[in-house]
Amino acid sequence: MTVGARSVSVGIDLVQLSRVEESLATFGDRFLRRIFTEGEIAYATATPSLTAARLAARLAAKEATIKALDLAERGVGWREIEVTRRPSGAPALLLHGNALAAAEEAGAPALSISLSHEGDYATAVVISLSKENS
Amino acid sequence: MIDRIRKILKDHGRLSKDAAVYPEDGDLYQAGMTSHASVNVMLALEGEFDIEFPDHMLKRSVFESMAAMRDAIAQLTGDKA
Repeated sequence: MTVGARSVSVGIDLVQLSRVEESLATFGDRFLRRIFTEGEIAYATATPSLTAARLAARLAAKEATIKALDLAERGVGWREIEVTRRPSGAPALLLHGNALAAAEEAGAPALSISLSHEGDYATAVVISLSKENS
Repeated sequence: MIDRIRKILKDHGRLSKDAAVYPEDGDLYQAGMTSHASVNVMLALEGEFDIEFPDHMLKRSVFESMAAMRDAIAQLTGDKA
């Protein structure tokens, strides 16, 4: 859709916490290291009771970003889409490598992200807003 | 190779269909495979075939069907699998 001269796209994903715990149990460190950045792992594991929720929300965020930026066929590594935290604690997206290149080719849209979790589910929504006249 | 892929899909794909008889070229996302399940399938394939999918192969189409996975694995192993 467009808003004025700017185009908007959205991505959403839902991840089950218990499935993340299963992935950790099955694949262990390999699951962590292939999917998440050092910063994401450090944040998620800093509070053990929230590790699965934080990992699930970040996994959802990566998939939501792929949807919002239409990267499914781009060949983007999971670690090239990173969830960081602003000083306020609010999440932000940091792109690297091929994901960053794809976003720049698309006119370097502004990305906004929101995460939530409740019970056994975590979700993420990513909104991509192109620059004026791009 | 397809039989080994079917076993991995049975264990990790969380399909709503029977992986043992699902068509080789059938769309696995249509059969219920989620993005998270596809991650688990990828990790299991890497362990089973002693490979690592490079980032440029991490595309939806590479994991869309057993045939696509077979072709990708063959590319990574030089058909030795």
